[in-house]
Amino acid sequence: MDYKLDFSPVIAGMPSLLLGCLGTLTLAICGMALGMLIGVGGVFLRDSSFKPFRWLVIGFVEIIRNTPFLVQIFFIYFALPFAGIRLNPTPTAIVALGVNGGAYAIEIIRGGINSIARGQTEAGLALGLHKAEVFRFIILKPALRAIFPSLTSQFILLTLSTSIASAISAYELTSVSQRIESESFRSFEVYFTDTFFYLIISWMIMRLFALISARLLSYPVK
Amino acid sequence: MGQAEFHFLLVGLKWTVILSAAGFAFGGVAGLFVALARTSGFPALERTMAAYIAFFQGTPLLMQLFVVYYGLALIGIRLEAWVSVSIGLTLHASAYLGEIWRGSIEAVPSGQREAAEALSLRYVARMKDVILPQALRISLPATIGFLVQLIKGTSLAAIVGFTELTRAGNIISNQIFEPLTVFGVVGVLYFVICCPLSIIGAQMEKKFAASGR
Repeated sequence: MDYKLDFSPVIAGMPSLLLGCLGTLTLAICGMALGMLIGVGGVFLRDSSFKPFRWLVIGFVEIIRNTPFLVQIFFIYFALPFAGIRLNPTPTAIVALGVNGGAYAIEIIRGGINSIARGQTEAGLALGLHKAEVFRFIILKPALRAIFPSLTSQFILLTLSTSIASAISAYELTSVSQRIESESFRSFEVYFTDTFFYLIISWMIMRLFALISARLLSYPVK
Repeated sequence: MGQAEFHFLLVGLKWTVILSAAGFAFGGVAGLFVALARTSGFPALERTMAAYIAFFQGTPLLMQLFVVYYGLALIGIRLEAWVSVSIGLTLHASAYLGEIWRGSIEAVPSGQREAAEALSLRYVARMKDVILPQALRISLPATIGFLVQLIKGTSLAAIVGFTELTRAGNIISNQIFEPLTVFGVVGVLYFVICCPLSIIGAQMEKKFAASGR
């Protein structure tokens, strides 16, 4: 084939592509924040003594983990108006990302808390530490240290899955690119460039989290 | 939703299963080579494979499918949508499975390799008869976990324009204007496939953890 690669529409659309990257980051950060809220709340309900709450959380986690995000986002997109909530595509995508990320966060956070042996807290109390100190030094920090790697990879996975939000035309990199593509028909060039943007974004997140981990969670505890 | 619509969804489900099976089978074969190359002991080869894995783990599956779909058309290879989606899924799976299996190969105690070498087993025999069987056992929970992820990932073929389960749901939902029912049913169909796999994976993980490998 005598096809000539032509990146000029990509270069012309660079400002909107970069804004799209910001949109992607916004979706990812807001989605992760909501996901962590759902995660912490879910863990409390999951380990509460009231059985129905437990079943509810287990059911929620299993449903989310065993269905595709694309189906979830469509379902939420159509379900919210039924519940009387009218949202634009972008907030809808954040809700969907939060719900999805929350289910995974519940499992990760539970794993972290369960990784702290019971004797540790008891030892802390026996040494005369205050309850708040026990929570901070003996539960929170080691638990955070234990779950930090999985939290990092979960955040990257969530960032990558923001591209799926283009299906409901939320504002992020992929949907911006689809607009450029539909105007210029340079599909390969546009998506090829996108791929590198995503690569850079996920690399930056990885570096940032490694830095946080080295600063705040290094051993021995500072 | 009537019987005809449900039947249409089942046809979509068939394609979802075909895509998943193709991606997992071919991705598994390619992934084995990725894992072997990644643990080969040749620095250049190992670094190339590390970059290959990092590339696929650092970009969205949707982008990988787009690039393969439009890229193959660019160089003059006209393929049916399901074939090019399968190729995309295969590449994706080869990187993820390669990384999972690299971990399991390295998790096999080094004494096993040393013993095999002491018995003067060559590379092929050492891998085939000593290391890989043990690595396979270690990797099973994660491999099944990835299979579930891959099955869910086939839904992205819908965005590329191929009518598998999710796009079938989209089409039906646009026809009968009952999106909640349709996507509810679509979700249940995915769940029915994925949930048993997840349970099997979790049980294996528990069993291996109990036996201390």
